[in-house]
Amino acid sequence: MTENDGYFLIALIVLPLLSAVILMIIPSKERALVVGLTAISSLVMFFVSIYVFMTYSFDGSTFQGVMSYPWIENIGLLGENGISLKVGIDGVTASLVLLTGIVVLPGTWVSWKIQYRLKDFFILFYILTAGVYGVFVLLDLFFWFLAYETALLPMYLLIAVWGSTRKEYGAMKLMMMLMAGSIPIFVAIFALFAEVGLGTFDMEVLLSAPKDEGFQKIFFPLVAIGCGTLGAMFPFHSWSPDGHAAAPTAVSMVHAGVLMKVGAFGIVRLGAQMMPEGALFWGPALVALGITAALYGAISALRQTDMKMLMGFSSISHMGYVFVGLGTMNVIGMTGAVLQMTAHGLMTALFFLLIGAMYDQSHNRDLPNFSGLAKQMPIWSVFFVFASLASLGLPGLSGFVAEVHIFIGAFRSYPIVGGLAVLTAAITTTYLMRALAQSFFGEANPKWDSLNEMTWIERSGAAVLVGAILLLGLWPSPWIDRIAPSISQIPGLMM
Amino acid sequence: MTDIFGQTLNLNYVLLLPEIVLLLSAMLVIGIDAFKRQLNVSDNVPVGLALAGLVVALALSILQVNVDEDFARLIQVDSFTNFFRILFIAITLVIIVGSHEYIEKSVSHVGEFYGLLLLATVGAMLMASARELLTAYLAIELLSFSLYIAVSLARSDRRSGEASLKYVLLGGVASASLLYGLSMIYGVTGATQYHEISAVLSAGDTGLTTPLLLGLVLIIVGLGFKASAVPFHMWTPDAYEGAPIPVTAFLSATSKAATIALLLRWFGGPLLPIASDWQFILSGLAVATMVVGNLVAMQQVNIKRLLAYSSIGQMGYMLMAIVAVGSGYGSDATSAVLVHLAGYIITNLLVFISVTHFFNQTGQEEISSFKGLAQSNPYLALMITAGLFSLAGMPLLVGFFTKFILFQAIVSAGHLGLVTIAIVASTVSLYYYLMVIRQMYLYEPEEGTEQWKLSVTGYVTTLALFVSLVVFGLWGTPLYAAADAAASGMF
Repeated sequence: MTENDGYFLIALIVLPLLSAVILMIIPSKERALVVGLTAISSLVMFFVSIYVFMTYSFDGSTFQGVMSYPWIENIGLLGENGISLKVGIDGVTASLVLLTGIVVLPGTWVSWKIQYRLKDFFILFYILTAGVYGVFVLLDLFFWFLAYETALLPMYLLIAVWGSTRKEYGAMKLMMMLMAGSIPIFVAIFALFAEVGLGTFDMEVLLSAPKDEGFQKIFFPLVAIGCGTLGAMFPFHSWSPDGHAAAPTAVSMVHAGVLMKVGAFGIVRLGAQMMPEGALFWGPALVALGITAALYGAISALRQTDMKMLMGFSSISHMGYVFVGLGTMNVIGMTGAVLQMTAHGLMTALFFLLIGAMYDQSHNRDLPNFSGLAKQMPIWSVFFVFASLASLGLPGLSGFVAEVHIFIGAFRSYPIVGGLAVLTAAITTTYLMRALAQSFFGEANPKWDSLNEMTWIERSGAAVLVGAILLLGLWPSPWIDRIAPSISQIPGLMM
Repeated sequence: MTDIFGQTLNLNYVLLLPEIVLLLSAMLVIGIDAFKRQLNVSDNVPVGLALAGLVVALALSILQVNVDEDFARLIQVDSFTNFFRILFIAITLVIIVGSHEYIEKSVSHVGEFYGLLLLATVGAMLMASARELLTAYLAIELLSFSLYIAVSLARSDRRSGEASLKYVLLGGVASASLLYGLSMIYGVTGATQYHEISAVLSAGDTGLTTPLLLGLVLIIVGLGFKASAVPFHMWTPDAYEGAPIPVTAFLSATSKAATIALLLRWFGGPLLPIASDWQFILSGLAVATMVVGNLVAMQQVNIKRLLAYSSIGQMGYMLMAIVAVGSGYGSDATSAVLVHLAGYIITNLLVFISVTHFFNQTGQEEISSFKGLAQSNPYLALMITAGLFSLAGMPLLVGFFTKFILFQAIVSAGHLGLVTIAIVASTVSLYYYLMVIRQMYLYEPEEGTEQWKLSVTGYVTTLALFVSLVVFGLWGTPLYAAADAAASGMF
């Protein structure tokens, strides 16, 4: 990646923001214009994300495409390079940028059928997208946190206005829990700035500056709890099923697909990379919480009847693997954690897209109400079965690659946890197969004979995600070659 | 010229021109209004004169930006003073332009009202510039007395008189306490000049610890009242609710900012040598103010009362900065609190002016009356939403940036515990701001969906405030640079 590729990173933030501003100006009546603009904008973001991912290759330096504009310096408490608009990526963020591009594209497509205030929906949706990209590419702690909060802020209105079922409750619970989650992050950022004492929020400087070991041990758990809340880490997860169940399709897709990964990524960037000694110290706790979440989420999912609640608990379980991987503090385990972020992001986005496609017609997502859906919606069912297979970790699909890495990493550090993780995979198979057997096969329920097959737009969206899942499952080396070298730069890791 | 102690006095009246211009235009506005019928002038003359006076004073203040001189050892004109002069004049300008329809419709004695606003502005400016205790006290009283009357001027609203009475009685007690405290300080140090007090106190033990502490406590009580610090805040919600909305805006902006200016002058100057005596008191006040202000705000059903409690909460954050000043981080903490103050004022004015226009249209001020505003006036709904999110410190808006800098400065001064409480309180505040926002966006309007528009001046002021909200939110450099220059004038 050359230095000039930094412009592409800036473009990733500017494009969605610019789209949001243009949308504000367009009159609401012009639906065709809104659809056209979002089509172009999402496609451009998709290709820029791919370009950024492709051009990144590890060359020994921590960040590539680094580009910096001074913003505020030498004023008050800020010294040299106090706050600067600085971008750059490492292998971890390269793969997450790609994930965002892949998920936002079908997310935009399936939202076009929204009838109520489509324009306003996309304004908020693209502000959220800009925030997510910002978290991945920004290298200044002030702007990083600004982007982090920007990604959370639109969620309230997106869910409360366009959501379904208990939307006001779900929206308020999600918003307040996530905002409470950012309290410890806020505290940790301030403490970090004061601890380093160089008067700068430049993350490259902060990463390399020496930090007291006691400081790292005190503030790592704050970051882990704060970012873990957004990543639905047990026991800070309870917003997730309610929020997902209430959210509109595209928001569920982006939220479960990307935003939860922002939380897990926060633990990598602010936690493991920024405070490695604290991460080593607290790694076992992270593993314990992670495996608890994996088991708890899977067992809870066994009892769910609402499809979105099922996916909500399934997400908690899958994110549990991510935290297990991060806590192992060895290269394989952490690489697996980042791979699992991508794998889970793709497959859960596919799930929510499919559930949305059916819910929009049936206004019902209760599994026991359906049977024999495979006869009524064959193509839809094929996609759903595919997503389930990816979710339970079938070899050749994305979930397998990620989970194998995490399991190996876990066995190296904590053999018992490795065993429990495999057990969780078995429970995952059970709840997914149970759902499939109950609702998809058997006698068709005549009540749902009127259900139509997915539209072509939905099929294309699902196809994009299926393609990405297959690619990651069959040929994971582009991802691993980018992630593993960046991860191995964290001091104190085992192989 | 020399005073009775033989010290040379600098009587350069040019230094006081902004204040003089404002005073003269205030007199003129009130005088012309009194003889309106005899002189046969139109209704637009008082407001025109007031605006002209403000613009001239603003220009004169900008011309003096780089001055650092004292006037007769009473007034110090430095960058700190000029920061606040420009701020206060701008606030009054925005309030008058943004809500003149409301003033003409819902305020009795319009001419006096403009005159009182100008006088209050002068009082606030002098509070920031005084370099001597008695001058400062007179400035406080000039501000307070103007506001006591202005609060009572809401036409046909019986709450207005009650609010004014409550304000004047409690304000009188607070002033008495303040004056008593000042006399104690004078008794101990034998000086009213800030720098002389500072010299005496830092020279060491005056041998009079008890009166000094008593004086300190009385001063904090008096100023705590002016700053609506808990537990001296009881008047605030009633005065805010009863007062005409522009006066409420003025109370929450100018009056609070002037108190912060005075606190910075006193606690960063003459009282700094005894910081260890007052730091813990102010820490306690700050915590109580943040917590109580934000918790009680959740219970409110009237938008003015909600904003009153929210402004109490905001004062709590700024009081923390005074504590940080006492820890020896004077310059950094002062520039941080000044930038937060400026951001808070921009935000607060946007909210208040939007609420004023909402009231002009609907005559309602209950939170539930905002139902469906997103449909009947999407522009105003966006303005109020942006303002409330900025008050909560949400990103892309100025509130995020200034709060970030303020909290960082206080943490750097070694008060991580205080800031943790502040961040929790600030998260709580998001909840009640969301309660207003959801009324606007989630519900259908109760009284028809026909769209309505603001007046031209309404659009101009709200749009200007909104643009500065977003621009300073993303690029706060000029704001922070101005605040830093002001702080460097003091330290």
